[in-house]
Amino acid sequence: MGLQSYLIVSAMLFGIGAFGFMARRNAILMLISIELMLNSVNLSLVAFNAYLPSPVNAGAVFALLVMAVAAAEATVGLALVIAIIRTRQTAEVDEYADLKE
Amino acid sequence: MIGAGLLVVTLRNIIHSAIAMMVCFGSLAGMYALLGAPIVAAAQVLIYLGAISVLILFAIMLTQAGDANLPAPFHPQVWVAALAAVAIVGLTGWAAIATDWKAAATTVAIVVSALAKSLFTDYALPFEILSLLLLVAIIGAIYLARRPEEDERAN
Repeated sequence: MGLQSYLIVSAMLFGIGAFGFMARRNAILMLISIELMLNSVNLSLVAFNAYLPSPVNAGAVFALLVMAVAAAEATVGLALVIAIIRTRQTAEVDEYADLKE
Repeated sequence: MIGAGLLVVTLRNIIHSAIAMMVCFGSLAGMYALLGAPIVAAAQVLIYLGAISVLILFAIMLTQAGDANLPAPFHPQVWVAALAAVAIVGLTGWAAIATDWKAAATTVAIVVSALAKSLFTDYALPFEILSLLLLVAIIGAIYLARRPEEDERAN
């Protein structure tokens, strides 16, 4: 297993996350897809850090920071989704077109 | 892991998607351990498997009262989305394959004490900003998820 295979797995996971974000209609599942994309970036950061080591371990530190940012993003995103669902009674993003016109 | 990721975006029942997401995150933690970064693997298990998955499962169960089976999970734009995703994977995968990675032949495991030292010296400012961000996120989430009527009772 070289660096390439990790990078390809990371790219595939990012593609899956992007597909889920664009194709699904459920707001919570869109948030899950964002988490998948963040995780794929984390995987490539850690892989680069393992194969091309830096004296300050930049890749691993960035991966930890990305995890914390992802946790904050998930918290606020889910709170927003719950607030919207409470007023709209649906999780389908197609139904959120009221702001249009 | 890729299979679990595919299941996440294709399963019809959103709770099953969340379980597949947990499987995907767990196998990612295994890959971090393989890459010689056990501290990142531990953080992945704690934060993603422990916190974010439970948060997402709670949100799903709070919002979908029984009718978790949706008639049509996909947008009409699903084929455009699939095309764009395949283009992303193709381009980045081609870049990863075409590049010569001779300099990156062996893995080097992370020494945890060195990682801690760099996190609290070289990266001390991002670390502190991050703690501020988490505080802001907590306050914002509490403000957003509060029921509006509780507000009027408080006044």
